[in-house]
Amino acid sequence: MYTSIVLVKQVPDTSNISGQVMKEDGTVNRSKLPAVFNFEDRVALELALQIRDRFGGTITAVTMGPPRASDVLRECLYMGADSAYLITDRKFAGADTLATSYVLCEAIKRIGIYDFVFAGRQAIDGDTAQVGPQTAEKLDIPQVTYTEAILDVRDRTARVRRKIEGGYEILETTLPVLLTVLKDAAIPRPFSAKRVMAFKGAKSLLELEKMVEGNSLLYIDKLVHEYRGRSLFIPTLTADDLEIDVGRCGIRGSPTKVHKVESVVLAGSSPAKIENTTAGISSMIDSLLADKILG
Amino acid sequence: MAETSKEVWVFVEQRGGRAADVSFELLSKGRKLADAMGGVLKSVVIGDGVRPLAVETFRFGADESYLVEHPDLAGYKTLPYGRVINDLVTKHRPRIVLFGATIIGRDLAPRVASHTVSGLTADCTDLKIADVNYLGRDYPKLLLQIRPAFGGNIIATIITPDNPIQMATVREGVMEKHHAEIVRDVRIVDIPYSPNGLDDIVRVVEQHREESRINLKGAPIIVAGGYGIGTKENFGLVRELAHVLGGEVAGSRAAVDAGFIPHERQVGQTGVTVRPKLYIAVGISGAIQHRAGMQESKKIIAINSDPDAPIFEVAHYGIVGDAMDVIPRFIDAYKRKLK
Repeated sequence: MYTSIVLVKQVPDTSNISGQVMKEDGTVNRSKLPAVFNFEDRVALELALQIRDRFGGTITAVTMGPPRASDVLRECLYMGADSAYLITDRKFAGADTLATSYVLCEAIKRIGIYDFVFAGRQAIDGDTAQVGPQTAEKLDIPQVTYTEAILDVRDRTARVRRKIEGGYEILETTLPVLLTVLKDAAIPRPFSAKRVMAFKGAKSLLELEKMVEGNSLLYIDKLVHEYRGRSLFIPTLTADDLEIDVGRCGIRGSPTKVHKVESVVLAGSSPAKIENTTAGISSMIDSLLADKILG
Repeated sequence: MAETSKEVWVFVEQRGGRAADVSFELLSKGRKLADAMGGVLKSVVIGDGVRPLAVETFRFGADESYLVEHPDLAGYKTLPYGRVINDLVTKHRPRIVLFGATIIGRDLAPRVASHTVSGLTADCTDLKIADVNYLGRDYPKLLLQIRPAFGGNIIATIITPDNPIQMATVREGVMEKHHAEIVRDVRIVDIPYSPNGLDDIVRVVEQHREESRINLKGAPIIVAGGYGIGTKENFGLVRELAHVLGGEVAGSRAAVDAGFIPHERQVGQTGVTVRPKLYIAVGISGAIQHRAGMQESKKIIAINSDPDAPIFEVAHYGIVGDAMDVIPRFIDAYKRKLK
């Protein structure tokens, strides 16, 4: 039986960026972009599910993000996570990787004891690969980054294959451990239709509060009780809930700041236009030969 | 505010006693940063029997070297290496610490930044020292950490204004390596190391490494294909052109993600940075991350069916057309010249 926590992130689909997504302060206006489940985090969840399939245990998905990040938590439930936590607060906004790892670390400690913490290697919006190791350091546990496969788990020891420069290595690590996972480590299972039916109504505290706002017949405490009873409640943790140092959260707790953002200034002028004909290409080759670039 | 440190540190990454190229590249850059700050450059060398490596760092501009040697430190391990650098940074509070954005650097730097509460910026494509006014306050001689962000549509300049320690990682090949103009006297400071039983909670059982036979960085001619090539089969033509010209074949990230070509051959910010004599980009639109890895090539030929593709703006020769049509013509024309 192993307890896993999986860190997931809702990311803007960076393959679909238009010009209007940057705010004046240089941060990203995420509401203008389609949001997706960071793929490597889905792979991380899959590895946690495989461990649960083999040895039993429980899986808790955790995300820090704006209220709408509960979308990815529902997707975690569809894949098979037992429970999910939304870590959200305006005070967390604008966090760099250091401030993010502080909040995640405090949230993990609050959620409880664990054997594994899983995360994708990196998120596609920043590609930094920093939050996993920064969180492991703050939790004071070992890490295995660039995980390619979990080979075995026994006697509270995991045998893991990880990528290294020019090859791979096999490590044995005592639990608990934090693993960051490469995209090829596993193929994430599709959502189970049964679980989609069961959990599509799962709601975070914020979403329940919204329902109450529009309906005077509903009472939030009753609603939470009801949703919890049906296992459809996504607990929310705020800065107050975590009793953390708000000076270490969000933009205040972030040592790195975006100073300037520019669209790319291109160095080159326009190229010599070569006709797509044998003669055109042939004369280009001539000048490359003359410049001793070719030949 | 207390006088801030003027030290620039470079973590020297070694495997089997040989330094990674990126470490020398960072020392060369670190020398310039230290000069711009009126500061000093220090190398941090960790391993077993790596004193010659510490000496070598002086050829690339180091003023001083911290050397930590112990049999337990022969190969990289997260926990003991992390502890060594955490302790050094905590004790000496350098102003800047640079790591290679290698697997080792990306494993180690975040742990150190987390422990020492330092700012850390990943995969910088340029580093500069400048006086900065940020939100109405003046910050003299700050490190500008420049990197493409957000799918590559923008270049962001990241700063660490109110924090004493600025850390950054840089990919191999992005900075140029060169010997220092002035070589300082060798000054090595030996740092004692005591093993800690906790380090054994992670053990290396096996290691398999093949020295890569692929040498994109050293190739004088590179033919790179992108997503626009369409299929893995079509990519055969890109390979053929590379073969005929006596060059290496490479790809953009999109081509790697599509499975056309392995990651070792990826050019760009998250791949290899190259400066060949001739770079031929076929079916590559030319996102900033890709251009960051090839725009310093001596001559660039862009082949793309979209005349507005940004790749044309860094190219010397542009051919608008379908790759499947242009490449055979190119091969044919070149072969005729050789006759």
